[in-house]
Amino acid sequence: MRYPKLFWHGFVVHFKELSASPFQIMTAAIWPLVFATLAYLMFRAGSGAPSLLYASLGAAVMGIWSTTATSAGGAIQRQRWLGLLELLVVAPAPFVFVLAPITVAIAGIGVYSIASTLLWGRLLFGIDVHIASPGLFALAVPATVLAVGMLGLVLASALILYRAASAFSQGLEFPVWLITGLLVPLSVLPGWVTPIAWALAPTWGMRAMRHAALGGSVLPALAMCAVLTVAYGLAAVLLLRYFEQAARRRATLSLT
Amino acid sequence: MAAVIEAHDLRRTYKTTTGVIRRKPLSVEAVRGISFAVEQGELFGLLGPNGAGKTTTIKMLITLLLPTGGTARVLGHDVEREPREVRKRIGYVFGGDRGLYERLSALDNLRYFAELYGVSGRAQKARIAEVLELVGLTGREKERVEGYSRGMRQRLHIARGILHDPEVVFLDEPTLGVDPVGARELRATISELVRGGKTVLLTTHYMFEADTLCDRIAVIAKGLIVGEGTPAQLKRGVADGRVTEVEVFGIDEQAVDRVRALEGVTAVAVEEQDQKQLLVVQTSGERELTQVLLAELEGASVGRVSSREPTLEDAYVALVTRDE
Repeated sequence: MRYPKLFWHGFVVHFKELSASPFQIMTAAIWPLVFATLAYLMFRAGSGAPSLLYASLGAAVMGIWSTTATSAGGAIQRQRWLGLLELLVVAPAPFVFVLAPITVAIAGIGVYSIASTLLWGRLLFGIDVHIASPGLFALAVPATVLAVGMLGLVLASALILYRAASAFSQGLEFPVWLITGLLVPLSVLPGWVTPIAWALAPTWGMRAMRHAALGGSVLPALAMCAVLTVAYGLAAVLLLRYFEQAARRRATLSLT
Repeated sequence: MAAVIEAHDLRRTYKTTTGVIRRKPLSVEAVRGISFAVEQGELFGLLGPNGAGKTTTIKMLITLLLPTGGTARVLGHDVEREPREVRKRIGYVFGGDRGLYERLSALDNLRYFAELYGVSGRAQKARIAEVLELVGLTGREKERVEGYSRGMRQRLHIARGILHDPEVVFLDEPTLGVDPVGARELRATISELVRGGKTVLLTTHYMFEADTLCDRIAVIAKGLIVGEGTPAQLKRGVADGRVTEVEVFGIDEQAVDRVRALEGVTAVAVEEQDQKQLLVVQTSGERELTQVLLAELEGASVGRVSSREPTLEDAYVALVTRDE
């Protein structure tokens, strides 16, 4: 019982801490609007009004992923700059339960982008924001945030040794947009992309949210989100076990 | 009595590289085989100049760094093989501005660390109130940390470090950059910890602080312990001598070397003081060297000359400059 409570408390603390930064919130809310606008214009020129909600949700998940890709890789570095990394490592709690709430809170900031893109679409493009299964949609959003946040945890874990890690993580932002079908359906991409897309949480989170909003089978996508969340968690445990020991050996936990 | 902290021939070498294109490996021996033991309820000080190996030693003891040689145990647990057992039982506090979530309140910071250290939900409220009272922050806990003064932040650091009621507390330069009044309050808090039965390992640059607080002190220089004992024992090491202080204006290195080479001189230090320098010369026995000393400073402008009994700082200077 202690660890789920630790996870939840850590998530609340870090979400609160990140939300206290107007810059962070503005970035999460405004950045996806540019892509949402481009998507609306492209989709409106193509297949018509029903697809605009499809595009809107795609842009929202792009926002969640962008926040994660740009910040989760740098999550360790940020704790390092705050002088907190050593204090977090030296705490007796398993480090995966310390770091996971941070990366999930970062993904959680992306929820602001869902609100902003839906509102933007409604106000500027007159999109009918009708959600077919509100209950399942309410489940799909936190499941997507959790799964994407756990993918961020894998990135952060792999990058604990390197002080310039965030640059690598940021480089993943655009490729993941493309190969997870956030803007264009997976069916139009080359076949070899599909297995990679299936291993990435935004693919299934996106599918769960779109099916819940537009109609379709939500539960398989939610189940895949859950499977990937567990798989990412296990990978992070293994990576952290190795990298924490390596960081103690190489002395890379502090700034000096 | 069993030692709470034990270090045996503890060593740490950092490996790094030099150069940009052709990188050459470089090894730096930060700690070169130190041994000491700290008893239960003792306040043990580690003194030494910057880069002497104090912080590296603390980081090995608190499991943040792996030793490259020797062994260390805290409360009987090996720091290399049993890090979690060590981590549960220790508190770590360092000096400086960082180490807190600035955008959160002190209460949020403390609650979060209480969770990390497994302080049960029922005990949290009472324990947080207790540590806030101890460090004098009661009534300010709901304010954001970014509005705290340097001294308040440092007191919050201490509250965080002892929240889980650890048996051993490591304090790494806790009064660094704190104003004199704040530093005095912090020293009172540290004394309170020891009165409460905690074992404390403290590193500091401030001799007065070490003299006031520490039961025993180990002086580290260049990764080795060069002196160990109570403050009184360390002072006695230079007590048969005298200390002569000479104010000089524009003394050069050659003159300092000439003074250092004089018979009976055991240590020489130069302190920069605005436009002038203070030459601090320790001599052995009751030997009167003032005239000889002034003769060596010929050519330099000399101000006030005084003589006094040795202090802990003189003992420290004598120890860390012994082999220079």
